[in-house]
Amino acid sequence: MNIVVCIKQVPDTNDVKINPETNTLIREGVQSVINPFDMYAIEEGIRLKEKFNGKVTVITMGPPQAIEALREAIALGADEAVLLSDRAFAGSDTWATSLVLSKAIEKIADYDLIICGKQASDGDTAQVGPGIATHIDLPQATYVRRIDTVHLDTTPKVIVVERLLEEGYELLEIELPALITVVKEINEPRLPSLRGKMKAKKAEIIKWSNADLMIEENQLGLNGSPTQVVRIFTPPQKATGKIYQGEPEATVAELIGEIEDLLK
Amino acid sequence: MSPIKIVDEKCVGCGLCLKVCPVEAITLIDKKAVIDLDKCTLCGACVSSCKFKAIIITRLSPVVKEDLTKYNGVWVFAEQRDGAIASVVFELLAKARQLAADLNTYVGAALLGGNISSKAKELIFRGADKVYVVDSPDLDHYTAENYAKAIVSLVAKYKPEILLAGATTTGRSLVSRIAVNLYAGLTADCTGLAIDKARRLLIQTRPAFGGNIMAEIISPNFRPQMATVRHKVMPESERDASRRGEIIKEEIDTKVIDKRVKFLDFIKETISTVNLSEADIIVSGGRGLGDEKNFSLIKDLAESLNAAVGSSRACVDAGWIPYSHQVGQTGRTVCPKIYIACGISGQIQHLVGMQSAKTIIAINKDPDAAIFKVANYGIVGDLFTVLPLLTKKIKEIRNG
Repeated sequence: MNIVVCIKQVPDTNDVKINPETNTLIREGVQSVINPFDMYAIEEGIRLKEKFNGKVTVITMGPPQAIEALREAIALGADEAVLLSDRAFAGSDTWATSLVLSKAIEKIADYDLIICGKQASDGDTAQVGPGIATHIDLPQATYVRRIDTVHLDTTPKVIVVERLLEEGYELLEIELPALITVVKEINEPRLPSLRGKMKAKKAEIIKWSNADLMIEENQLGLNGSPTQVVRIFTPPQKATGKIYQGEPEATVAELIGEIEDLLK
Repeated sequence: MSPIKIVDEKCVGCGLCLKVCPVEAITLIDKKAVIDLDKCTLCGACVSSCKFKAIIITRLSPVVKEDLTKYNGVWVFAEQRDGAIASVVFELLAKARQLAADLNTYVGAALLGGNISSKAKELIFRGADKVYVVDSPDLDHYTAENYAKAIVSLVAKYKPEILLAGATTTGRSLVSRIAVNLYAGLTADCTGLAIDKARRLLIQTRPAFGGNIMAEIISPNFRPQMATVRHKVMPESERDASRRGEIIKEEIDTKVIDKRVKFLDFIKETISTVNLSEADIIVSGGRGLGDEKNFSLIKDLAESLNAAVGSSRACVDAGWIPYSHQVGQTGRTVCPKIYIACGISGQIQHLVGMQSAKTIIAINKDPDAAIFKVANYGIVGDLFTVLPLLTKKIKEIRNG
């Protein structure tokens, strides 16, 4: 079973602190990490490979330094890694990003399953996974919390997955090749092994630019993106709240006095 | 040539752009801003921050596929499960009415499903002028593939200028397929929508970088302008059974039905009967509860308020409560009217999932806990004493 895992390098939110005066993020010295949801995607890919053989290829679109994220994925157990980097990709919204990733996956060609994290922690859109599936015309299952069964000996190959919804989950049977996006519940990611780390250091990372993907310029980056950010602003700060301290009975009474109307 | 440029003559080296750049791509060299193009993502944050208009982003003129003025109408995707229309649809209809008034156009609703036609009237009562119904056994259960196909053909035929959906698990996975298919702009999880009347543009506001920054987004050259909208941010439309509208029946070509995804079953699964995303009130517990059994304090309070039960990541990781209750970055983003955080310290990962709640109430024994910074009201105290008192008081109020 050959698997492609799409990952993104994002700022590490564990490092992000809020400046209490301005209520804005302090970004100085923030480390870049693999998007937390993608860790579950990588882990699921590796588990499937361990069970059914095949290989795991990780791909990412990003600046040259995103290569670090790919090395980390190899340390965890991925076999191959592809960095999609080109200044022409900069400014891509989810439409253009999913086009670049889908073209790269089509170039990889030999795959049964594409796995993405449910969304990236910096953009929070959850649009790129379904976007890739649509560009390639693949079936999809988003918010997968479990792969129940894998049938590789049937024609076509199928998997049965549990898709997490607001009020429960649904069971879907999907023909492969397909794309799934995964939620945290699906597994517990491993830590990289020492051997994996050694392998990652030496691993050759495949690098593709648009010269390899041959996407038309007007579908790339800023020019290919239907959406445009016109303004970025800090939301008006919330007024300081009323915080009560003291005897529990008194504080509860004070709170109730304030919120009584809201509760009716 | 790079699409982003600093006009050296205008740049005074004030450094404002350095502060807003999310990827630290700007440095000051000889008192002029310099952009590292290997880091720059062309997000535009610096452009809007520059008081001297010294940063310019240029785009190629877009490939405009067709006459955009042919598009009109504000459409809403009428999400439903087993015939029950999701409440976010009523929120979208209320917003759509305002947008349509500004654009002097109609409000449409796209209703898809099996044996669903009888629900069309409800959408009219809630604000739709026209309801486009695709009633087919093939659409009995939602699959993104077939729902997207049905809506893509509706859009191709009727050309709405705006298409809105709830930012639910269904909405988010559906509309991305539609947008890619149509080559349309799509903005995720909006908390504000407005119209630029002069240009007939939808101004879409959404939290970015974890909610501490807001971004305004437009799709000037593509139609329809698409957005998913966060649940509970906008008020629902009133139901008016005297409203009249038009019901238009459409079919889906059975030949195009995608059979690669088969719906097998739906399993309902939440502790409380209240859906976290739809709840008006959420009571959440955190590490401060100390033990799984103490979640009963949260459940008691939630029950007295008819609220949903939420949780911080710590409790889910400890196995005290299922993942479906987790609020925060790796869980759900919620926007209830009231959010009560009990024994939750307020790490950034939790805050991004709940800080847009209208009223936040925090109960924590540590007066310096970060949760108090975002709280409208707070009690510094031991939750094992405070919660039972609070539950008791609320029961008294609620029982008159």
